[in-house]
Amino acid sequence: MDINIPKETLDEIALSEQEYIEIVNRLGREPNHVELGMFGALWSEHCGYKHSKLLLTGLPSQSSRLIVSAGEENAGVVDIGDGLAIAMKIESHNHPSAVEPFQGAATGVGGIVRDIFAMGARPIALLNSLKFGPLNEINNMHLFNGVIGGISWYGNCIGVPDVGGEVTFAECYSGNPLVNAMCVGILETDGLIRARASGNGNLLILVGSSTGRDGIHGASGLASRTFEKEREMRPTVQVGNAFMEKTLIEACLNVAKAGLLVGMQDLGAAGMTSSVVEAAEKGESGVIIDIAKVPRREEGMTAYEIMLSESQERMLLIVTPENENLVKDIFYDWDLEAVVIGQVVDGNMITVMDGEQIEAYLPIDILTDPPLYKMTSEVPEYMHESGKLEMSDVPIPLDDPNIVLSKLLSSHNIASKEMIYRQYDHQVQTNTIQGPGGDAAVLRIKGTDKAIALTTDANGRYCYLDPYSGGAIAVAEACRNLACVGAEPLAITDCLNFGNPERPDIYYQLESCITGISAACKALGIPVISGNVSLYNETRGTAIWPTPAIGALGLLENSELSTTIAFKDEGDIVILIGSESLDTDIESLSGSEYLYLIHGQTQGVPSIDLTLEAKVQNICRQSIRDGFIKSAHDCSDGGLAVTLAESCIAGKIGVICDIRVDDRWDIALFSESQSRIVVSLSPENLEVFEETALNIGVPFSILGIVGGDRLIWGSLLDSNIERLTDTWKNAIANDISA
Amino acid sequence: MKFGIVVFPGTWSDGDCYYAVKDILGQEARYVWHKDQDISDIDCIIIPGGFSYGDYLRTGAIARFSPIMREIDKFAANGGLVIGICNGFQILCEAGLLPGVLIRNDHLQFRCEWVNLRIETKLTPFTSECDIGQVLQIPISHGEGNYYVDDETLDLLERDGRVVFRYCDYDGSVNASSNPNGSVKNIAGIVNEKRNVLGMMPHPERCCEYSLGGEDGKLLFESIISTIGVMKS
Repeated sequence: MDINIPKETLDEIALSEQEYIEIVNRLGREPNHVELGMFGALWSEHCGYKHSKLLLTGLPSQSSRLIVSAGEENAGVVDIGDGLAIAMKIESHNHPSAVEPFQGAATGVGGIVRDIFAMGARPIALLNSLKFGPLNEINNMHLFNGVIGGISWYGNCIGVPDVGGEVTFAECYSGNPLVNAMCVGILETDGLIRARASGNGNLLILVGSSTGRDGIHGASGLASRTFEKEREMRPTVQVGNAFMEKTLIEACLNVAKAGLLVGMQDLGAAGMTSSVVEAAEKGESGVIIDIAKVPRREEGMTAYEIMLSESQERMLLIVTPENENLVKDIFYDWDLEAVVIGQVVDGNMITVMDGEQIEAYLPIDILTDPPLYKMTSEVPEYMHESGKLEMSDVPIPLDDPNIVLSKLLSSHNIASKEMIYRQYDHQVQTNTIQGPGGDAAVLRIKGTDKAIALTTDANGRYCYLDPYSGGAIAVAEACRNLACVGAEPLAITDCLNFGNPERPDIYYQLESCITGISAACKALGIPVISGNVSLYNETRGTAIWPTPAIGALGLLENSELSTTIAFKDEGDIVILIGSESLDTDIESLSGSEYLYLIHGQTQGVPSIDLTLEAKVQNICRQSIRDGFIKSAHDCSDGGLAVTLAESCIAGKIGVICDIRVDDRWDIALFSESQSRIVVSLSPENLEVFEETALNIGVPFSILGIVGGDRLIWGSLLDSNIERLTDTWKNAIANDISA
Repeated sequence: MKFGIVVFPGTWSDGDCYYAVKDILGQEARYVWHKDQDISDIDCIIIPGGFSYGDYLRTGAIARFSPIMREIDKFAANGGLVIGICNGFQILCEAGLLPGVLIRNDHLQFRCEWVNLRIETKLTPFTSECDIGQVLQIPISHGEGNYYVDDETLDLLERDGRVVFRYCDYDGSVNASSNPNGSVKNIAGIVNEKRNVLGMMPHPERCCEYSLGGEDGKLLFESIISTIGVMKS
């Protein structure tokens, strides 16, 4: 077939010639300029999941508590009893943040918050999983400051507490930071609003900000292909107005609560195009809109620009004609615009008018049905080498163990993130029982005895070394964090950050990682209820580590029975759950922070036994629920010694351990084998703990007792807690100011 | 007694204040929309934290022109109790109900953390249940809480005992390291000349329950409740 379209035009919207031909074949004609722009947006990776959808369908999605499953609506929803439900989702804003970190991160928060209140849920918590290149590079520092500043400004301004998350650093994220924002909302189960445009004659009302030229091609251009750092892409990044978002939250929840809505949908990636088309598809209806009615902030905007603008803080409401004025009154009371821009019609066509002029006329089912690709998958070249890890390659450090511990505590991956999270309001809405800094955040649910627990987890290094295990470990660790505060995991949301999926080695990473996530979800009995895929994360041809960020939601029936990581009282027994001995094998150092920091190696094959994992989480949760666990802390980055140090620092109290360690003390202290939790309890409860462990069949070992003001381990470690605190607490701030 | 909690577009501590006085302290309370004109049923007005009108232009600069501020002006002139928390403090300064101004924190960052506050006077309706020198633990959450006032007014505030709280160490000593934002003389809260209008940066409504980290904030609300009780009897 002859195609009369310049390659540059297709490049601009990131469609291939093949895809263009497919569009022409299915339409039976060539699309016009506006129509092509709409295809570019909806058939983009960002909206259409062309390269990932076939893999994502394998993820476990069922649960007895499920109300809205993955992909069904803007976010997943689970029942927590008492007539209440939780909506949650995590989403990336990596590419915009790489171009303009402050606004990129801020609008990332804004976007995910709209996904939540679009469902009639009040946003009650934000979390972020952030990855940067090392801070000793000035551009990474610029990105770091911008991203933190943007999240802080937007989150603080809208009054949604930022209760947790993680920030880590690695070379592969230089110039391509990962900015994954998660939002959690609460709703009454019968107050759920769906993003559906249905009912012939019902009105489409656009509310919130006016429309400008910002963010055009955000979905297709920035998020759906590789881009070179050098290229000037600033105009495709949107600018946020957090104040507008705050008033939108209130006005939208007001109309939802008043029962005035048929449906509600946010305008996110691909703006009006995806919002209207997706709502019509879910409502099994057609729509007609008139862009002449759209309030604008710039003159002379074309239909193309209006349909693809990603101006922030806009929502689409579907309302019956008789409720039109009631809805408008509420918005006017909040000094917000509310304009009818179209209506629902029978059929399956979207008609875009500009006054009398038809600008686009397309079948919705073609727009929402992009080609899906199963790519060639190939084990990455590096994996043939990276798996090798021999005892002889890792000499015992010449440094004293106390010095090694100190180095690990000041590693930016392990050091306290207080200098970051104190810039976020983590208390507003007065539900925060545990804020940032622990294993998981805990928020009480007002009007009930319950609390929810929230965390995010992502370890790119493990996934790089073994995408399957890395994916499984990310899920396991997120749920283990929930177990450490006593919560039962209900669901996860995932944000899959990868390189270019058109490369076989990257596709292999994506495929294996999703299989690993799937296996862990099955073993732990939880569904994936929402998520997002961010591909093409690479700079100058080098992909980031495969980095799935897992956001997890847990439930505590009794909010008073949550634990923290802090050691509490002199004389308490310290127990390692998950193993009856300390690690001695070299494999347990695979992908560890110790191996990287002290030996400069990223080697080995991380692994996890999911059956053991489930049991470890079970006994931790059960014992916390029975009320005799005083502290619990997941053993992760930095290994056992770092875990003990963190529990001491949080509790401002020491610990004395006396387990014999053979000559490989570095492995015993700093290995990162999975499925281990350090807990403490009163001596009188030791017996009942031992019984429970025996019943469940979980190995454990007694490490020592809480007390004094030093972290002591036989003749190996003897560090003053105040000094360790100082090291851990000030590491990042000191390095930044140096 | 009845609390009235003012809501501007962009206010976000309204729900927290409502929960504290209604659910924790068992008092009557209602929201007061910024367009409302009648607050004759209210005993104590709370102007809560948030970013009224996005705090665009300058914190509190737009909110002061809202219709409700005229009513609050009259209410305060008639001796009604007004407490401005965080953004509320900024608005009261902009509206001229309190002297001085809140500028950006000296380190230029937003801060959300627990601070220690020393009670400087109990001769206010807001601190009558506290003791002079008592140290309260209360969270702050602001980017612009750096209190500044000219020397002359500062002398006046000090002389008349109108500085109500100062940031301090856990043991009550007031010094530079316990000052989280650069406020002049570590000032965290002041009252007007008639002592019926209080502005403070910290958030007492966030610490009225042990499960949230402490109950010291209740002391301020209890002081108000007991003052109103005396006024009404």
